[in-house]
Amino acid sequence: MTGIPSQILNLLAALLLLLTFAMLGQRRILSLINLFMLHGIVVVASALLIGYETSNHHLYFSAGLTLAVKVMLIPWILHKLVFRLKVKREVETLINVSVTMLIGIVLVIVAFNIALPVAALSSSVASGTLGIALACVLLSFMMILVRSNAIPQVIGYLTMENGLFFAATAATDGMPLLVELGVALAVIGGTLVVGLFMFQIREHFDDLDIHNLETRKED
Amino acid sequence: MDHLLLLVLVTPLLGSITLVLLGHREAAPEINVGFSLVTFIASVLLAVEVIAQGPALFIGQYFFADSLNVFIAALTAFVGMTTSLFSRPYMRIERDNGRMTGRRMRLYHSMYQLFLFTMLLALLSNNIGIMWVAMESATLTVLLLVSIYRTAASVEAAWKYFILSGVGIALALLGTILLYLAAARHFGIAGDALLWTNLQAAKAYLEPATTSLAFVFLLVGYGTKMGLVPMHSWLPDAHAEGPTPISAVLSGLLLNVALYAVLRFKGLADGALQNGLPGKMLIGFGLVSVLVAAFSLSRQKDVKRMFSYSSIEHVGLMAFTFGVGGPIATYAGLLHMTVHSLVKSAIFFSVGHACQKAGTQIIADIRGLAHVSPTVGCGMMLGSLAILGLPPFGVFSSEFLILTTAVRELPWAAPLLILALGVAFATIFSRVQSMVFGDTTAKPLAHSPALLPLFIHLGLALLLGLYIPPYMHAWYVQAAHIITG
Repeated sequence: MTGIPSQILNLLAALLLLLTFAMLGQRRILSLINLFMLHGIVVVASALLIGYETSNHHLYFSAGLTLAVKVMLIPWILHKLVFRLKVKREVETLINVSVTMLIGIVLVIVAFNIALPVAALSSSVASGTLGIALACVLLSFMMILVRSNAIPQVIGYLTMENGLFFAATAATDGMPLLVELGVALAVIGGTLVVGLFMFQIREHFDDLDIHNLETRKED
Repeated sequence: MDHLLLLVLVTPLLGSITLVLLGHREAAPEINVGFSLVTFIASVLLAVEVIAQGPALFIGQYFFADSLNVFIAALTAFVGMTTSLFSRPYMRIERDNGRMTGRRMRLYHSMYQLFLFTMLLALLSNNIGIMWVAMESATLTVLLLVSIYRTAASVEAAWKYFILSGVGIALALLGTILLYLAAARHFGIAGDALLWTNLQAAKAYLEPATTSLAFVFLLVGYGTKMGLVPMHSWLPDAHAEGPTPISAVLSGLLLNVALYAVLRFKGLADGALQNGLPGKMLIGFGLVSVLVAAFSLSRQKDVKRMFSYSSIEHVGLMAFTFGVGGPIATYAGLLHMTVHSLVKSAIFFSVGHACQKAGTQIIADIRGLAHVSPTVGCGMMLGSLAILGLPPFGVFSSEFLILTTAVRELPWAAPLLILALGVAFATIFSRVQSMVFGDTTAKPLAHSPALLPLFIHLGLALLLGLYIPPYMHAWYVQAAHIITG
């Protein structure tokens, strides 16, 4: 892929990284959910673009599935959860935001260094974006670590899945459909289970703050 | 043979659906046993066929079975069946104690079958993508099972499990994608690059840089499921807070299946890299796990936590052994996998009933099992002696083989292993002794405990320690050959 489509794909990849950083720094839960929606839209757009350019039509299907699940269904469930469970709208991070951002930059550099030799060998259309996908995965990993509330942790987990989906489409032009279907199913199942689960956490503790979940220290 | 494989997979799935639809009946535990029994018989028939006729693909290319995975599948189905026998009286007692309601029983039974299904699917699938999906689904079923008592501690354990396991399994997906990328150069972009059989045949052509990166992610990812240190912190919580039958299948089955995935990927990476790096990584993770787990044992106050640390220790020992590689070590690793599954689930069977008698899981409050219930106490004592590697049980044979290989191949590691095994022996033996002997005020159980599965497991472990039948021996040799390539 050369010329304009490849430029657009690079732009989308850059947007994805930017959004992941924004999520890392975002303290308000509702904004976080909206950012996650945007994140999903960018991933869907890139899948459509790659599908069109490489005529891998099953990517349209995966893109549609992602749109339905990660852009519509899951944000809707999360919104409902926030209101139903009366979660505090603003949550603290365990490390302050500027330090988080600095560590994030280091992670991006690490990701690019890891991906460089791999991307150089890949024959696919958009191998250059593998570094960004890896960076997104590491950043979401960090988001799970520094958040002290269950909902941002779940969003971090789902963002990681987005990053992986992006990696799969960008680096390999998409995994086989059967596998993508299975992955999507597992993600839906996971979100539903975790959604139910939050009601239980809420039942036992006053908030979804995971500090409550630290009673069982090693003794 | 297609129908046999289908029977193995469809039975637990059907069981799960049936048990949801039936709701909670008084006979639900028996139905659960029935489905598990059919799965077990089908898996044994499948194993016999595969051993007699060699590896085979099923239903197009979607599934495949060779001596290695069919062996673990048969073990999975066996422990699944005996655990369902154990859970029959165990869960009834839990219900009488008010910890389970009808709805929870329904969830428990259907998730139990679904868990078995995901394990068997992960083992028999020929597609590494589908295997990943099965492992992720297993995570979800375990999440529901661990939190089934709905206590604060169990919710916490399940959450910890979700976060750690979720991250682990996501890393495994990244590894899978990278492996696909490494293989796609050889196969072109097609679904074929995700099939075990194709990858196995073409492992020398996998792109080395990408493959080594993929293996790191896969080892960390599936290693989380195995409970390798430092990704182990979910394991003791999940074992301690979930129902005891689930502790038994977690230790006896889930660890094996995750280890199986790692072994397969190690075979591929070895073929592609030719530098022994995967083996060294397994040795490193394994040794650290053995040491950390052995020294953590003495700090545990909860009996189920203590035995879950012992599982981490043994999984580390297996990782170490498979990392060393070679026919003898691999044989020892497979034997250890078998006897650990049998003995550890047997221990959890006895621990489960012991905790119900004492009404607590705190070691200091469990006393005098020998007086209240000689069989449970005797089972726990024998199980512990077996897991600690005392002859004539099978763990002795496998650990003896492992140590002799370690002395020959990695002389520096052998003293560390012996130290860890010694520490584990001293700790577990003294704790178990105080639980089995001593005075007590415990009351008898409402339902008679399930002792048959306990002693079947111990008997088999004893048999494997004294005499490995030639048929089993040939089977192990074949499976070891598959792993060492």
